[in-house]
Amino acid sequence: MHNETYPQLVPLLIIIPAIGAFINMFWGAKLGERVSGYVGIAASLLSFIISVLIFSYLSAVHGAASVINAPLGLGSWIRMDSIGLNIPWQFRVDTITAVMLLVVTGVGSLIHIYARGYMHGDPKFGRFFAFLNLFLMFMLLLVTANNFLMMFVGWEGVGLCSYLLIGFWWDKRGATGWRNANAARKAVIVNRVGDFGLLLSMFLIFWTFGTFDYYKPGEVANVPYTLYTNGYITAEQAKKGDILAVNPAAESQAAETHGDAHGETHGAHSKPARETLDNSQFAPSRLGVFGQTEYLMSLPEGSPERVINVGGLELDFSVMLFLIVIFMLVGVTAKSAQIPLFVWLPDAMAGPTPVSALMHAATMVTAGVFLLIRANVFLDHAPEARAIIALVGALTALMGGYIGMGQWDVKRVLAYSTVSQLGFMVAAVGLGAYVAAMFHLVTHAIFKACLFLGSGSVIHGVEHGHHHVHAHAHGHGDDHHDAHDEEDSFDPQDMRNMGGLARRMPITYWTYIFATFALAGLFPFAGFWSKDEILADAWHLGFDKGNPIGYIVLGILLLAAAFTAFYMWRQVQMIFHGEPRSEAAANAPESTLWMTVPLMVLAFLSLVGGFINVPKGAPFHGMFKDYEFKHFLESAVPHVTVSPSLYFNWGLALGATFIAFAAIFFAHSIYAGNKAVRGTARRDPLEFVPSAKPIWLLANARMHWDNIYFAVIENPFNRIGKFLADVVDWRFLHDYFHDVVIKKGYDGVGTLLSKPFDKGIIDGAVNGVAWLFKQFSSSLRLVQTGYVRVYAVALLLGVVAVVVVMVLPLLQNG
Amino acid sequence: MNFAVPTEAFIMLSMVLFILGAMGVLLRRNAILIFMSVELMLNAANLALVAFARQWGQMNGQLFVFFVMTVAAAEVAVGLALIVAIFRNKRSINIDDLHQMEG
Repeated sequence: MHNETYPQLVPLLIIIPAIGAFINMFWGAKLGERVSGYVGIAASLLSFIISVLIFSYLSAVHGAASVINAPLGLGSWIRMDSIGLNIPWQFRVDTITAVMLLVVTGVGSLIHIYARGYMHGDPKFGRFFAFLNLFLMFMLLLVTANNFLMMFVGWEGVGLCSYLLIGFWWDKRGATGWRNANAARKAVIVNRVGDFGLLLSMFLIFWTFGTFDYYKPGEVANVPYTLYTNGYITAEQAKKGDILAVNPAAESQAAETHGDAHGETHGAHSKPARETLDNSQFAPSRLGVFGQTEYLMSLPEGSPERVINVGGLELDFSVMLFLIVIFMLVGVTAKSAQIPLFVWLPDAMAGPTPVSALMHAATMVTAGVFLLIRANVFLDHAPEARAIIALVGALTALMGGYIGMGQWDVKRVLAYSTVSQLGFMVAAVGLGAYVAAMFHLVTHAIFKACLFLGSGSVIHGVEHGHHHVHAHAHGHGDDHHDAHDEEDSFDPQDMRNMGGLARRMPITYWTYIFATFALAGLFPFAGFWSKDEILADAWHLGFDKGNPIGYIVLGILLLAAAFTAFYMWRQVQMIFHGEPRSEAAANAPESTLWMTVPLMVLAFLSLVGGFINVPKGAPFHGMFKDYEFKHFLESAVPHVTVSPSLYFNWGLALGATFIAFAAIFFAHSIYAGNKAVRGTARRDPLEFVPSAKPIWLLANARMHWDNIYFAVIENPFNRIGKFLADVVDWRFLHDYFHDVVIKKGYDGVGTLLSKPFDKGIIDGAVNGVAWLFKQFSSSLRLVQTGYVRVYAVALLLGVVAVVVVMVLPLLQNG
Repeated sequence: MNFAVPTEAFIMLSMVLFILGAMGVLLRRNAILIFMSVELMLNAANLALVAFARQWGQMNGQLFVFFVMTVAAAEVAVGLALIVAIFRNKRSINIDDLHQMEG
């Protein structure tokens, strides 16, 4: 069933999408729509197959993680032996990774297939698939990394792809193109703020631990669980975390196998030795960051090993951990769209809809949640930081849901819904419910992708309907795909232009309804199970453990859940029910099979996806294993075993379901039939209710977040920039400093140097020397008469002189 | 040692001849005559050399004279050739016409 070599396939997960992106990047335009679409889809599907193989392997070996070095000698990345720095290209295959791999490649493949239909006829078709594959590559790098730096490469890479794809239609004519390009820039700038926080967090991690590795090769993340799955200790001993205990059954069995010379191996997987499973082979300082955290936290407070020296301050390790997690949270607020850095995500809907589904709903924005789950050991030992995370997440969930109720744009509603649901996940992480967060991440990826793809199908249909009407009215033009270039006032994403689409687009309608129920948390759809688990964890923390954060988060999340059901039903009413409110909606056709098949798959998964983690005592629980998803994750999330398994909380589940139904009925009473849009000004019915009007308008204005950012950051920034440019740069630096000080000073010094100094002193010296030689030589030249006689006389006189000089001493002596 | 003619007489003659030659070199303008005057000076020196050789009874002086005569013969060959060349150029052997090297 499983094969030891499957984890070795992980590097292929990076390479295959890279090849797909490469092909489409360089030959996409030449290959044509058909081939380049197939290349993109094939790359994605191959990655999905590999992910399934890895998943099957991990579930067979109880999640025993492996660390894979990059092949072909590429394993070494940043290495300086003199300071002990070694950051390799190393992949970690554990159950968290496997779940993310399935989500990314599974939802990703469906969206690739959908995009084949959605992008049909776009002139930049090949480029689109190149970017999608590139995104897949970076996202897979992010989730498979075994150290923070490699993860950061993926983190930045998906940010790049996000930028490229949000601004994909930057070349649309007029204001639309500008809006798209600005949205892309906004995403990058906001994410830079978060990345700065993440970088600070990583600096602190390296300063504290001296390594970036999550776990070293051979290190075991969850020691009690691993000892238990290999039979060395019993389940009860594992629950107590007693890793030194001995399982009597295993002892006797070991004795038997030793006695039998031909002892048969138990299954395909031979049992690893106990000392390789309890990390005792590693010195504490040679462990990965999480192993070191566990070790340091097990020491008593104040012991010298726990003191970290930072810039002259001597901080306790737990303080350090708090700072690491808080800075990490800054990074997460940007990438996973939490308060206060969520503002880029609603604007990111300027990208093509498959992009919104893949990156800005299902996968990329969950990278932050993934990172927090990955760092669950840090979080577990930083309860204060976790409380902040829980509050940030809960408030984001509430705010996203609130703003979502007041939007007209079909994708904007879903964007705020995504912000809200990400808030649920972050809140869950903050509660310490890592499995619930991961569970919600998976189900949310499914139903939110389905909603986005459904909205894309609706937009596509309305756009086609609009051009259909347009073509008939003018009696010419049948090429629908001038569509993207045409600029007119009709907005195919505005829900006020829709209505009654259920009859025109039945498949889209039913899939949308399924996903809506999942998002609203109705039994037995996927969202019910995952949201209920988060609520149950909040309940457990509040009522069973008496932590006030639990009550607060539970209250906020219940309200957010009500908002969720309300805005989703408002949307369904506006899009699908009632009478069509525009010619375009009345003529919208159903989308092609390329688009509807992924929708149907996702809708089916929205229905059944929740059954992977059915709690004990819940309806249907007899048909499925209890907490299967949780048990799958256990090997990678150490502290899950420590918290007791929660039983299904009937009261909470019924309460949450009641709230969801109540919100849906409330929305139905307001928006049902043809009441969704009122009056010639086409306003929301709530605006005609005096008490509800200000509340609705505040939601419609998106709580003025963007205006506040404009007032607090952007406008002062612009003014400072203008001041710097106009006054400091132009008037002072250019006009005064440059023209007056530098130019005049330079001129003055130059004149001084050229006239008195160069012409006077240097030229004078040189000319003077020449003049001297001239004088000297003009008198000497008279000697040279050219008459031989003269030379002869000189010679004679010379000889006489020599003779005299030689003879005189002789005469004197003689 | 007694000689019929004393060495002083030879030296005096040699001096006279040398001065004559030197005067000729300095005062004459005809290149051939200057040349002949140079020969005179050489022979004056030769005479002094032979005279001293006889005085001291050594052969070195005579030996030198042979060398000087040989070199003089060679010098005559070269010098006359030069004079012929100068004449071909200038149509004159007046050395005062050759003052192009004047500074």
